[in-house]
Amino acid sequence: MAATAQDPSAPLRAEKKDEDRDEDMEYSPFYGIEKGAVLQEARIFNDPHIDPRRCQQVITKLLYLLCQGETFTKKEASEVFFSVTKLYQSKDANLRRMVYLVIKDVCPGSDEVIIITSSLMKDMNSKTDLYRSNAIRVLCSIIDSQLLGQIERYLKQAVVDKSAVVASAVLVSAMHLLGSNSEIVRRWTNEIQEAIQSKHAMVQFHAVALLHALRANDRLAVSKLVSSLTRGAVRSPLAQCLLVRYVAQVIAESAATGGIEARPFYSFLESCLRHKAEMVIFEAARAVCAMRDVSTRELAPAVTVLQLFLSSSKPVLRFAAVRTLNKVAMTHPLAVTNCNIDMESLISDQNRSIATLAITTLLKTGSESSVERLLKQIGSFMSDIADEFKIVVVEAIRALCLKFPQKYRALMNFLSNVLREDGGFEYKRAIVDSILILIREIPDAKESGLSHLCEFIEDCEFTYLSTQILHLLGREGPRTKEPARYIRYIYNRIILENATVRAAAVASLARFGALVAELRPRILVLLSRALYDNDDEVRDRATLYLAELGGKAGGVEAVDVQWDLPARNLEKSLRSYLENGGEGPFSLAAVPRALPPAPKKEQKKAQSAFGAALKPEVAANGDLGAVVQSMPQFKGLGPLFKSSEPAKLTEEETEYSIAVVKHVFARHLLLQFNCTNTVEEQVLEDVSVTVDLAQAEEFEEEAVVPLERMPHGAVGHTFTLLRRPEGSMALGKLVNILRFKVKEIDPSTGETEEEGYEDEYTLEDLNVAPGDYIRAAPVPNFRAAWEALGEEAELGDDYGLGERENLQEAVEAVVGILGMAPCDGTDAVPPNARSHTVLLAGTLIGDAQALVRLSFGIDAARSVAMKLVVRSDSPDVSQAIHQIIQDA
Amino acid sequence: MDVDPTVPVVKSMLLLDSEGKRIAVKYYAPEWATVTAQANYERSVFSKTSRTNARLEAEITTFSDVIVVYKFLGDLMFYVTGSQDENELILYQVLQGFYESISLLLRGAVEKKTVLENLDLVLLAMDETVDGGLILETDPSTIASRVAMRGADADVPLAEQLRNQTFSKALATAKEQIARSLLK
Repeated sequence: MAATAQDPSAPLRAEKKDEDRDEDMEYSPFYGIEKGAVLQEARIFNDPHIDPRRCQQVITKLLYLLCQGETFTKKEASEVFFSVTKLYQSKDANLRRMVYLVIKDVCPGSDEVIIITSSLMKDMNSKTDLYRSNAIRVLCSIIDSQLLGQIERYLKQAVVDKSAVVASAVLVSAMHLLGSNSEIVRRWTNEIQEAIQSKHAMVQFHAVALLHALRANDRLAVSKLVSSLTRGAVRSPLAQCLLVRYVAQVIAESAATGGIEARPFYSFLESCLRHKAEMVIFEAARAVCAMRDVSTRELAPAVTVLQLFLSSSKPVLRFAAVRTLNKVAMTHPLAVTNCNIDMESLISDQNRSIATLAITTLLKTGSESSVERLLKQIGSFMSDIADEFKIVVVEAIRALCLKFPQKYRALMNFLSNVLREDGGFEYKRAIVDSILILIREIPDAKESGLSHLCEFIEDCEFTYLSTQILHLLGREGPRTKEPARYIRYIYNRIILENATVRAAAVASLARFGALVAELRPRILVLLSRALYDNDDEVRDRATLYLAELGGKAGGVEAVDVQWDLPARNLEKSLRSYLENGGEGPFSLAAVPRALPPAPKKEQKKAQSAFGAALKPEVAANGDLGAVVQSMPQFKGLGPLFKSSEPAKLTEEETEYSIAVVKHVFARHLLLQFNCTNTVEEQVLEDVSVTVDLAQAEEFEEEAVVPLERMPHGAVGHTFTLLRRPEGSMALGKLVNILRFKVKEIDPSTGETEEEGYEDEYTLEDLNVAPGDYIRAAPVPNFRAAWEALGEEAELGDDYGLGERENLQEAVEAVVGILGMAPCDGTDAVPPNARSHTVLLAGTLIGDAQALVRLSFGIDAARSVAMKLVVRSDSPDVSQAIHQIIQDA
Repeated sequence: MDVDPTVPVVKSMLLLDSEGKRIAVKYYAPEWATVTAQANYERSVFSKTSRTNARLEAEITTFSDVIVVYKFLGDLMFYVTGSQDENELILYQVLQGFYESISLLLRGAVEKKTVLENLDLVLLAMDETVDGGLILETDPSTIASRVAMRGADADVPLAEQLRNQTFSKALATAKEQIARSLLK
């Protein structure tokens, strides 16, 4: 044995060279082991004279097989199980222990369990603690609830057993049983409570965990448990960790934030930071750092103990601390700056996970002046970490660059340097993505970013990245100061790369040709060289673009088609066109422009990406307003102010499905009814909607545009135009009646009957609400906009909103009524918050900007109060907003 | 496994040899239900850790939503895996209980050969440390004495019991070897 024993501090690699020599020496008791043979061997279990040692070995072999991933068939398993039960006759304790173990692993069906339960139950009452504990664990893992009822009283008694091993065994087993048999475990509450007072640390831990699990759904009970435990002495560090977790939960559910009123139990967490067990200190520090709206003052003691951990000799402690501080740095970078010196020494930590976390923390907390120095340190470190860590670093660099846009030059250089180094696809993609984002977000960085990318594609092995970059060059390149410099890079791709990249390069070149007139002749020459490419796609593209650039096939504009149709709708329309036989030319005008699900998100994205350059009208109303704008009748109405979301006016599964969109113009309200016929056997002609204005007196009907025939399974439009005084916010309820002529279709011949009859159908009423005259117009910086508007037209008032389920519901209701855009993500209320402020921005009809600050509060009886402060261009507008809330 | 989310949970315990082959493993989390998934996991754990030095102090790493604490002893590698938001120090304590109890049981001779010869003790130590993912005991000497069933046999001291056991085992293996060489 001594000959093969290795020096424990010798490196692993040294062992390789004398592997050959070792192989002769190495003897494994499981060498050449086979399932069949072992199962044969297992027959000795049935021997009347049991040899405990040998049986133990055979059991070990069985377990070894299982451990290596071998499986036993049902028959094999039950054979093993039956013979193992025979071993109960032996009095040998070690053999008995192995029997317990193997029964748990070779768990047979419930009908077979029965033969062992009586033996196990005997052990449960044995004088020996270890027999009792093991029997309990085995029984609880194989038993069903019926049998459990029979042994319940023994288990209940075992909870308060003075032996730690027995009590722990039953408490842990009970934790597993909770899922299926919680009512039985619930009956032991008194015993469990007694076990919490146990002098054995582990028993205390298990009892606390079990008691909490029993009460997890009852907030009041949990907070009672917490207050009794925090008063009493919890000795076990593990139990103390649990307690810290419960306290953190109670804090999260309480409304108090560190500011004015103290959080409950915060002092307890603070005292845990001084606990003697590192485990508890860390758990408490973690809990403090994760508190919602944690203040810098509350963080300070936790950060201090974590800072001490940073210089620990144990990697586990360093890792735990740096990981937590890294999270804190995301929200409170200033709180972590004290640790910067310790962090910097961790950059050279042996453990690369720690080093990476340290770097990314530093990148988050670092000041603008330290960026260059940090980059230098990271540069030396990047070459010897794994790709996945590099990706983390690259992402941190990207965030830093967005934070300090002035430093883009250094950071962009860093990214381009790492881009040139070796790395896998994911890593390269992370870098390219970062550069793409920086180009988009920081206009100054565009030119240098593009040139870095150009260099990269000169030597890029990843087709996906090359095509992505070529597309970007085509989009951004022509708008730079010197578009010509990119041509060489792109043309090189046509000569050197694979077909996919060549095709992308051709498309990119064509964009230059289309957008930069002076380059066009040269581009035409270059493109004509691609006409003899050996790939179809490349040739086709070159041919098409040459024709377009030459003024044919749609002309130059056709190179750069701006699709204003949602691709999904186009696809759907094309499909239905093909299904219906494809008669007549397909018309793009028939494609619905409204995106049914989640169009808002995309618009938001578009806005943030292109900034304020985009006209709000186009962004907000592009899809819905397009139908109206394409109607010549309505050209004279002036610019469209706002279109509402479509609202259904019919029940599901009626003969016709009608939805209405309200379009607001300066002097008009245009109602667009989207009509669909849902019954195949009828034809509906001459469809129009008559609007009864009795309850909306300010309106006056001006025109009705009927629909010739309501299409089956598709959407047709009829319009009703209402006039109202210019700039007014005319309100009221519109009663809508659908009028049409029905013609039946003869089911046998499929022909439409000549004669039809007039019919009408009362649709649901439509309310014109103040929100229809307010357009959501988010402002990028609410505070600045708020200050800019000044106090001249500020108007504030308090309102009671009555009883609400929670604040989120109240917020959603008010935001819905006002129809304004929530700013800075304030529309999301933190869970269980007692107060909340929402910032809204919008434009009223007549292009008056209005900003709203809503402060909500909810009391114990769930009644909600709200303070509304409006700032706008004129006091009238502010008054109007208040009026909306008063009327609602 | 469906337990109270505040309870610390161990997802797996692994004992691998210096080439990453499994000696004894125990999985408690459903994400590694199949042998293939387990083998893949062991391969990636091994490849990510084998070149680090975890001899003096236990090391730690994190990947694909788990935290792994590990320690190398002799030609063996001990791993304990927990979820991403587990307290690292709790996992560390489980790891300590795991390898130190085995070290006690094998009287310091922690190497592949002895571990394989005493695999029953290793499996029992794992069973006494973690029960179905829940931490049962972390004190190495308590675990070791429970594995040895001390107190079950009219109080034979642990050391003596161990000596008896290993002696009889050595005898048994010697017999086996002789039998094998005779059959050749």
